[in-house]
Amino acid sequence: MTTTSPDGAFTLIVNGTLRPVVDAHPGESLLFVLRERLGLAGSKNACEEGECGSCTVRLDGETVCSCLVLAGAAAGRDVVTIEGLTMEAGVSAEPGLSPVQQAFLDAGAVQCGFCTPGLLMAIDALLDAESDPDDLTVREAISGNLCRCTGYGRILDAVDRAAAVRRAEVTP
Amino acid sequence: MTIATSIDDACAALDAHPGSLVLAGGTDLMVEVNRGTRSIDHVVAVDRIPELRGWSRDGDHGQVLRIGAGTTCADLAEPTIASLVPALAQAARTVGSPQIRNAATLGGNLATASPAGDTLPVLAALDAEVELRSVDGTRRLSLDEFVVGVKANALVPGELIVAIRVPVLDGPQEFLKVGTRNAMVIAVTSLALVVDQPGRTVRVALGSVAPVPVRAVEAEVLAAEQLDFDGLTAPDTDLVDRFADLVADAARPIDDHRSSAAYRRHAVGVLARRALARAFSGRDPEGGTA
Repeated sequence: MTTTSPDGAFTLIVNGTLRPVVDAHPGESLLFVLRERLGLAGSKNACEEGECGSCTVRLDGETVCSCLVLAGAAAGRDVVTIEGLTMEAGVSAEPGLSPVQQAFLDAGAVQCGFCTPGLLMAIDALLDAESDPDDLTVREAISGNLCRCTGYGRILDAVDRAAAVRRAEVTP
Repeated sequence: MTIATSIDDACAALDAHPGSLVLAGGTDLMVEVNRGTRSIDHVVAVDRIPELRGWSRDGDHGQVLRIGAGTTCADLAEPTIASLVPALAQAARTVGSPQIRNAATLGGNLATASPAGDTLPVLAALDAEVELRSVDGTRRLSLDEFVVGVKANALVPGELIVAIRVPVLDGPQEFLKVGTRNAMVIAVTSLALVVDQPGRTVRVALGSVAPVPVRAVEAEVLAAEQLDFDGLTAPDTDLVDRFADLVADAARPIDDHRSSAAYRRHAVGVLARRALARAFSGRDPEGGTA
């Protein structure tokens, strides 16, 4: 159903939870609202033009740059942030690390850490689509995420490790 | 803000709120909003309109493909489009990154009308038509009627791009793009070449070398006269050279921060040579030997 509403008040669904936003300014991006109004600072803000991928979230399952999503236009759609990736992984009530996050630690794939949340989201989405991606597929999947430390070798290594762990999890 | 779920509702909202911004994927619009160079009053979001997504065969014999303006670049890269309009799928696959392609739409690429818009040379080579809708009705414009200048289009207030119509041609197609890397790059120059084997024509359009996409008409005439459309046999070196020179001559490039005019003119000739060689290589598009 078509809805017309004031720009500043809407409700997002973030990591499965309804999050009302009451006083956003016109034009605020989803990234801004996540970080500044909802306290979810995991998604990083760098370029604000879709070049760096540091703000990558899942919107209805697809990876997008949250800096290029108008927050109000995301109302009612399913938003998953890096914080959701963490919570999702825990089998107990305690938040745990997802296989991709653990693989980044194990492979030493984190240097300054700024690109890490976006890369984790992109790689998690890749591994949801392909359990055993080849090198070219991995490189293309992370082509929208820039690591200014240029630590790509260990990041590629982490993808291999995460893919192996995830495959082992689904195999009885 | 209006979040529309039908084309009629979107057009009604655009009519009721003059000066509204149409928001599809947001990958161009939000860059301007974030920079503060675009102010926002009323927004009509059109990314939840099922009628704007996907494609259908149209025309008496299904020879026209009507693609919804809200179809994303990720969807355009899917096998169906790749088999029916290969150059469009190739161009869509070079747009931005996976994150950008998941959001960016064909209609948005048209509306932005950037000289570097990746799908525009393909649409120009295909003689695409742009279908527009408003509360006053529907009209169709050719691509050169629609893209009228640098980031300028022929949309009138209240109008929405609803579909793009392209012919389904029998023959090979190529889209080639030069940039500083293979991902996340704005074209330094680009070229689309489509072959219509039964029609015995080659159509070539260039991107990023003029304010609007340009057709290399003289190169097309030479190709129609000289090439082997039955066997798609490789043309001799002399013919390839003349074809590439005519394509380069059609370019009207400028020097800017992304490249020099001289480099663009040279590169577009190289792309012409490469595209012609791929299309006319003695193999049919299905991969067998003609």
